[in-house]
Amino acid sequence: MSIQVRNVRKTFGDFVALDDVSVEIPSGSLTALLGPSGGGKSTLLRVVAGLEQPDSGLVEIEGREATRLPAQERGVGFVFQHYAAFKHLSVYRNVAFGLEIRKRPKAEIKKRVTELLELVHLENFADRYPSQLSGGQRQRMALARALAVEPAVLLLDEPFGALDAQVRKELRVWLRNLHDQVHVTTVFVTHDQEEAMEVADSIVVMANGRVEQIGSPDDLYDQPANDFVMSFLGPVTQLAGRLVRPHDLELFTTPDVDTVPAEVQRVTRLGFEVKVDLRIDGRDAWAQVTRGTAEQFGLEAGRTVHVRRAPDRIALPVRSA
Amino acid sequence: MVKVGLRVTVLAYLTMLLVLPVAVVLWHTFHSGVGPVLRALGTPAAAHAFQITAVVTFYAVLANTLFGVLAAILLVRYRFPGKRVLNALIDLPLAVSPVIVGLALVLVYGRTTGTGKALAQLGVSIIFSIPGMVLATVFVCIPLVVRAVAPVLEEIGDEQEQAASTLGAGSWQTFRRITLPAIRGALAYGVVLALARSLGEYGAIAVVSGRLVGRTQTVTLFVQERYQNFDQQAAYAAATVLVATAVIALLISRLLRPKELAR
Amino acid sequence: MPDTHTVSGAGVTLVEATPAPGVPPVPGAAETSRGRRRRSAPTGRPLVSHGRRAPAIGLGIVVLYLSLVVLIPLAAVVWRSGEGGASGFWHAVTRPEASSSLKLTIGASLLVAVVNLVMGTAIAWLLVRDRLPGGAVLDTLIDLPFALPTIVAGLALLTVYGVKSPVGLNLAYARTGVVVALLFVTLPFVVRTVQPVLLELDRDMEEAAASLGANPTVVFLRIILPNIMPAMAAGTALAFARAMSEFGSTVLISGNLPFKTQVASVHIFNQLESDNVGGAAAVATVLLLVSMLVLVALDLLQRWAGRRG
Repeated sequence: MSIQVRNVRKTFGDFVALDDVSVEIPSGSLTALLGPSGGGKSTLLRVVAGLEQPDSGLVEIEGREATRLPAQERGVGFVFQHYAAFKHLSVYRNVAFGLEIRKRPKAEIKKRVTELLELVHLENFADRYPSQLSGGQRQRMALARALAVEPAVLLLDEPFGALDAQVRKELRVWLRNLHDQVHVTTVFVTHDQEEAMEVADSIVVMANGRVEQIGSPDDLYDQPANDFVMSFLGPVTQLAGRLVRPHDLELFTTPDVDTVPAEVQRVTRLGFEVKVDLRIDGRDAWAQVTRGTAEQFGLEAGRTVHVRRAPDRIALPVRSA
Repeated sequence: MVKVGLRVTVLAYLTMLLVLPVAVVLWHTFHSGVGPVLRALGTPAAAHAFQITAVVTFYAVLANTLFGVLAAILLVRYRFPGKRVLNALIDLPLAVSPVIVGLALVLVYGRTTGTGKALAQLGVSIIFSIPGMVLATVFVCIPLVVRAVAPVLEEIGDEQEQAASTLGAGSWQTFRRITLPAIRGALAYGVVLALARSLGEYGAIAVVSGRLVGRTQTVTLFVQERYQNFDQQAAYAAATVLVATAVIALLISRLLRPKELAR
Repeated sequence: MPDTHTVSGAGVTLVEATPAPGVPPVPGAAETSRGRRRRSAPTGRPLVSHGRRAPAIGLGIVVLYLSLVVLIPLAAVVWRSGEGGASGFWHAVTRPEASSSLKLTIGASLLVAVVNLVMGTAIAWLLVRDRLPGGAVLDTLIDLPFALPTIVAGLALLTVYGVKSPVGLNLAYARTGVVVALLFVTLPFVVRTVQPVLLELDRDMEEAAASLGANPTVVFLRIILPNIMPAMAAGTALAFARAMSEFGSTVLISGNLPFKTQVASVHIFNQLESDNVGGAAAVATVLLLVSMLVLVALDLLQRWAGRRG
């Protein structure tokens, strides 16, 4: 295990940020900490980095007990949401910072920094200052800076949070590729389930200071441990008192086994997909069908259809809410 | 109509209160040429006064710069009991009359007090000598560096410092390589303010120095003493030097004023 | 979330710009309004780490420094003023010379505060809203009284408004002269507290009021004035405190005539010169008390303004 967090608790005044959290992160993996704002994921990351001290519990990094170790002795790379670029230093000096602190020979620093700048495609920006870079470039610089000291683990706190949608998507793919090249154990925090599913090998879902579930993206989507994870990871609707995925609903023109009648309220085409708002037994629900299905059924507002959950698909009882 | 009236009133007020007096000092200084001015400033008494002012200012600004940076970092970056009180205390010197500053120091460090006697046994004298004048100047300047640096420390946040620590920098390295460069401008601004204030201090210095001509006389004391002894040329010449210093300090501080504070 | 990472709790935009050389910022003005935003960061953790305890050695140095230079000496003043008991203190401050200097100081300071309230606001208005040619020069000039040594200010005023006044206005050795000196040294306070607030004032508000039918006078009285009022009050209080404690600029122009032009600071100085330390300490304690009251009032004003938005 590269990172072990055991029974960590952290409070800020009355606010419980981490409530008895235990997580294991295997070496070489790319893990997402996913959850809503205020759920404790950033705090967990900062506890691992040594930027916050847990009230109780243990942190191990690469088999070494690190709970009370100051940040500068942990050998972690940390990338901040707002880059934390050293504004008075050039891109080159930013990336060289950790190596200069470690008093590496000049020639070695130059070689390593040049390699890294190539890796993050900033080789032509070495002499620029952070203020002369775009947000995406700054974040790549921050990444190179964190990687320069060859950290045992790389921690990224909402790394794409401050970027606009387009750059964000590009950097996601790029981070995935980068990890495939350098294989350093990587943990990143995000509140965007799509980002987590696209980039990570494994996802830790957190809410209210607790771990809700840990697993691969597919596991979490198909086998959610509870209704929170299910609704956070993808779209949900209700059928017969159970939480189901809208694309797991089967529509029929005539009653069939286990179907219930539903009145079509509205049909919305979203490109290839069609969203069908339904009224079932006095409750609102919706189904997601393909355009072909919608046309085949001739779906339109006012029609009555018959609905059931596709066999073997996930359905969770709805908690009284 | 309102606008014109406002303009005329304000400009007249500022002319009468600010521009005219300063202009007349300059005119008085130079109305018989530059020669007498230079002669007046070249006398041993004048030269000595400038020297005393330089020495006192140097130590007072040095002490307050170190204190100011330390206090600002503590107030902005750390938590500790009594923080509010400390914060209020730092501004207190601004509300205290310079004469009271002098009186207060005399009461504690004067030659007839217990502290003063004990220090005298060690061969240290504070009141009526340079250390007391440094103390008085330190007192009146205490808030300047802290209040210049603290908002900028707040503004830059501590992410850069955290980033440096994750990259292996210890606290001194983080301060020297990250924090200090980031507050450089604000620090210089605070130092210029403290310099200007130190050079111009009069009341507190007048009390603690004993105004010993040729020994503890600073430039401001020199101006007053020369004027009252009817050596107007010397008084105006030294005053003009102080005006020039003030204007230079003002212009430099304008340039240095941290962007977050400038409008 | 614990309120520990800002300098103090009252983060008010009132005097957000520590504006000028030597401007005493209103207590607690070191933190910007940003401090408030940070505290309410929605992520469940503060953007500024607040968990760190201050290192004991640093805190020790700061406390020791403040104690040796400021606290112990000021405490000695108050202690010394009480040496003769309550009656001794009362006797010292009600001696005719002492009480007349205190009355003059308080009266002149109140007058100076009121003039500053009006003129300072007018100057700030002119600097912000009137595109006056040479406005930048004027803006710099405002800070001159902070940068200029007080004794030089006094000399300059005596030269223009003294016995040999080139403009034919002799205010030397008169109370008017004292007031003019105090006006000089307090000039920047109201300007520099009101100016940033005026600059940040949302013009949309005024346009909205005008679109609802308000004429310029109504807009000023009902929209602008309420918004800059806290800053005006803060600046005026600071000017008052400064006037109460002023010494250097009044020395030359006042002539130090007891019962006529002698302000409290000069009175303290004279008592010290004639070895009446107890008398000096008593009057000094009164001045310190007034300063404290003003500072506390300012702090309350800030909190009130901060709560209001």
